[in-house]
Amino acid sequence: MDYILAVPGSIGAAVIGVLREMGDMFLFLGRTLYWTFIPPLKVNRVIRQIGFMGARSTALIVLTGAFTGMILGLQIYYTLQKFGAEAYLGPAIALSVIRELGPVLSALMIIGRAGSALSAEIGIMRISEQVDALESMSLSPYRYLMVPNMLAALVSFPLLGAIFNVVAIYGGYLIGVKLLGLSAGTYFSGIKDFVGFRDIRDGMIKSLCFGVIMIWVSCYKGYNTEHGAEGVSRATTTSVVMASTLVLVWDYFLNSVMLNF
Amino acid sequence: MIEVKNIHKSFGGQAVLKGVSFTVETGEIFAVIGGSGQGKSVLLKVIMRLLEADSGDILIDGKSICGLKGQALYKMRDRVGYLFQGGALFDSMTIYENIAFPLREKTKLTKKEINARVEEELEKVGLSGMGHKYPEEVSGGMKKRAAFARVLVMRPEVVLFDEPTTGLDPILVDSVHRLILWGKKTYGFTAVIVSHEIPEIFGVADRIGMLSGGVMVETGTPDEIRNSRVPEVKRFVRGLSEEVSVGGIA
Amino acid sequence: MRKDSIEILVGVFVLVGLAALAFLSIKLGKLEVIGNTGYDVQAEFSNIGGLKTGAEVEIAGVEVGRVTDISLKDYQALVRMRMKPGVKISDDSVASIKTKGLIGEKYVSISPGGSSRMLVAGSTIRDTESAIDFESLIANYIFGKV
Repeated sequence: MDYILAVPGSIGAAVIGVLREMGDMFLFLGRTLYWTFIPPLKVNRVIRQIGFMGARSTALIVLTGAFTGMILGLQIYYTLQKFGAEAYLGPAIALSVIRELGPVLSALMIIGRAGSALSAEIGIMRISEQVDALESMSLSPYRYLMVPNMLAALVSFPLLGAIFNVVAIYGGYLIGVKLLGLSAGTYFSGIKDFVGFRDIRDGMIKSLCFGVIMIWVSCYKGYNTEHGAEGVSRATTTSVVMASTLVLVWDYFLNSVMLNF
Repeated sequence: MIEVKNIHKSFGGQAVLKGVSFTVETGEIFAVIGGSGQGKSVLLKVIMRLLEADSGDILIDGKSICGLKGQALYKMRDRVGYLFQGGALFDSMTIYENIAFPLREKTKLTKKEINARVEEELEKVGLSGMGHKYPEEVSGGMKKRAAFARVLVMRPEVVLFDEPTTGLDPILVDSVHRLILWGKKTYGFTAVIVSHEIPEIFGVADRIGMLSGGVMVETGTPDEIRNSRVPEVKRFVRGLSEEVSVGGIA
Repeated sequence: MRKDSIEILVGVFVLVGLAALAFLSIKLGKLEVIGNTGYDVQAEFSNIGGLKTGAEVEIAGVEVGRVTDISLKDYQALVRMRMKPGVKISDDSVASIKTKGLIGEKYVSISPGGSSRMLVAGSTIRDTESAIDFESLIANYIFGKV
C-alpha cells in the first residue's frame, strides 16, 4: 500500500518544491526592485559592475556580432536568391538582427560570461559567510550586491545589444557587398526603408528584459547557495541553464505580444 | 544581559536545537562548548537573527529581539558584533578597506577620522602595515585578527565569536584567546564564544555552557564544568583533553 | 590608478554603446530627435492600399517629407504628412500613392501644379490619386471595361 502512495506523494512533494522556489524567486525579485528605490545608491559598485558586465564583454559581443552578421549574409543571400530577391538582403539581415538575434545572442553570451561569474561570486560570498557579514553589520545584501548588478545590467544589456546590431549589420554588409557583389546603396537604403523605430525599440525592450532575467536568476542562485564548493558549482551551472532557457521562453512571449500589436 | 529562552530550531525536519536556555550577564565571557554538529554555530546565528528560531525567545537587556524588523532589527545588530568562523572578510577589498567599510557605510566620520581609527585598530590587533593586502594574501590567523578589528572598530556592546580558533595552530589559538581577553578589558564588551578548544577555553571564559543533544546540559564556571557530574560533560571534557594530550605526544 | 582606469573603461563603453544606439535609431530607425521641424499637410484618399506611417513623401523622386499619421474620416483615408521646412508645394498639387518596385513599399508622390499660391501648415491637398488596385484593374480588363 505504501509504495502505491509513494508515487503521488513524491509528485506532490516535487510540485510543492517547484511552487516554493518560484514564490521565493519572485519575492527575491520584488525585494531587489524595492531596494533599487531606497537611497543611497552604491554608484561605485554600479560603475564597477558595468565595467565587468558591459565593458569587458564588448570584445566578445563584437566578435559574435560580426560572425552572426556574416553568417546571415551568406544564409539569407542563398535563400533570397531563390526568389530573385537578393536586393532585400540588407533589410532581411537588419530586421532579424535588430528584432531577434541581437538581443537574444548578446544576452546568451553575457549570461555565459558574466552571469556564471556573478552567481559564483555571490555563491562564494554566501558560503564564506560574507553575505551574513553584511547582514551582521546591518547592511542589506540587496543594496550592496543585487541592486548594483541590476542597474549595471539595465545599462549594459541594451548598449551591448546595440553594439551587436551595428557590428552584425556591417558584418552582413561585408559579405553581401564586398563578397557577393551587392551594391552598397541597395544594402543600406533597403535597411532604411524597412527598419522602423518600432523595431529598434522592440529590440531594446527585449535586451532590458533579458538583463533583468540574467541578474534575477544568477543573483538568486548565488544568494541561495548551500553545501560548500560543490554548491557553488551547482549554483553556477543551474543559473546559466535557467537564465538561458528563461531568455528564450520570455523571448517567445515578447514576440507574440510585440508582433500582434 | 542576554537571555536565551527555550530556543527550538530544526532544518528540514531534523531538530538541531530542542529548547536551549541560558543567560549571559553583561560584561562576562560566556563560552558554548559541545561536539561538532550540536548546533553551536546555529545558536549564535539565531542570536544575531541571521537564522530565525522556530520557537522561543531571546532578550537583550530585557527586550525581545525575535520579531524585530527593518530598522529596529538593524539597530539591534548595530550593538552586536559577529566574528565569523572564517573571518568573512570581503575578498574584493583590502584588509584596510574591510575595516574601514562599516565606518564608511554606517558613520558620518570624515576620511581622516576613518583613517585614524582604522590604523589604530590595525595596530591594536598587530597588523600595522598589512592594510594594503587582500585577504587571500595573508594567513588564517591574520584573517581572524583583521576580522576582529572590523568588529571592534564599530565598538559593539556584545561580540559573538563563532569558533574563533578553528584551523589555527596551538600558538595562534593562544594569541587569539589573549586578543579576546585584551579586547574585553579594553572595550568592556560582553562576549559569547562558540568553541571546542578544551581545555584552553577554561582560561578565557567566565562561565561555560555545554550544548549536547539540542539542549544546554549544564552551565557553570570553568571549575564547575571541569568537575561536573553530568555524564555528557564529563565524557566531553575528559575525552577531548585526553585526545589533545595524545595528539601532543604523537 | 586602478579605480581611474575602470571608470575610463566604463565611460568609453557607455559612449560606444550610445553611439551604436544613436546610429540605429536615428540613421536606420528614422527617429527624429532633433530637427522635428517642418509643417503638416494632409490629403484624403479613397484607397491607400497599404501605405504605412513613416513612408516617404517625394517630389520628382526627392524625399521632401514623411507620412506621420493615417486615420479614417468619412470612409476616406486621411493621411497626414510632415513636410521638410523650405519645401514649397502649390495648392493645386496632386498627391498620389505609388509603389517602389513591384513588391516594394508604398510612398506618396506629389506632382506640383502651376498655381502661385502655396500650401500652409495644416492645409489639405485636394487632388489625390489613390493606390492602383491591381486586382480591380485586371478584373476590368477581363470583363472588357477598359
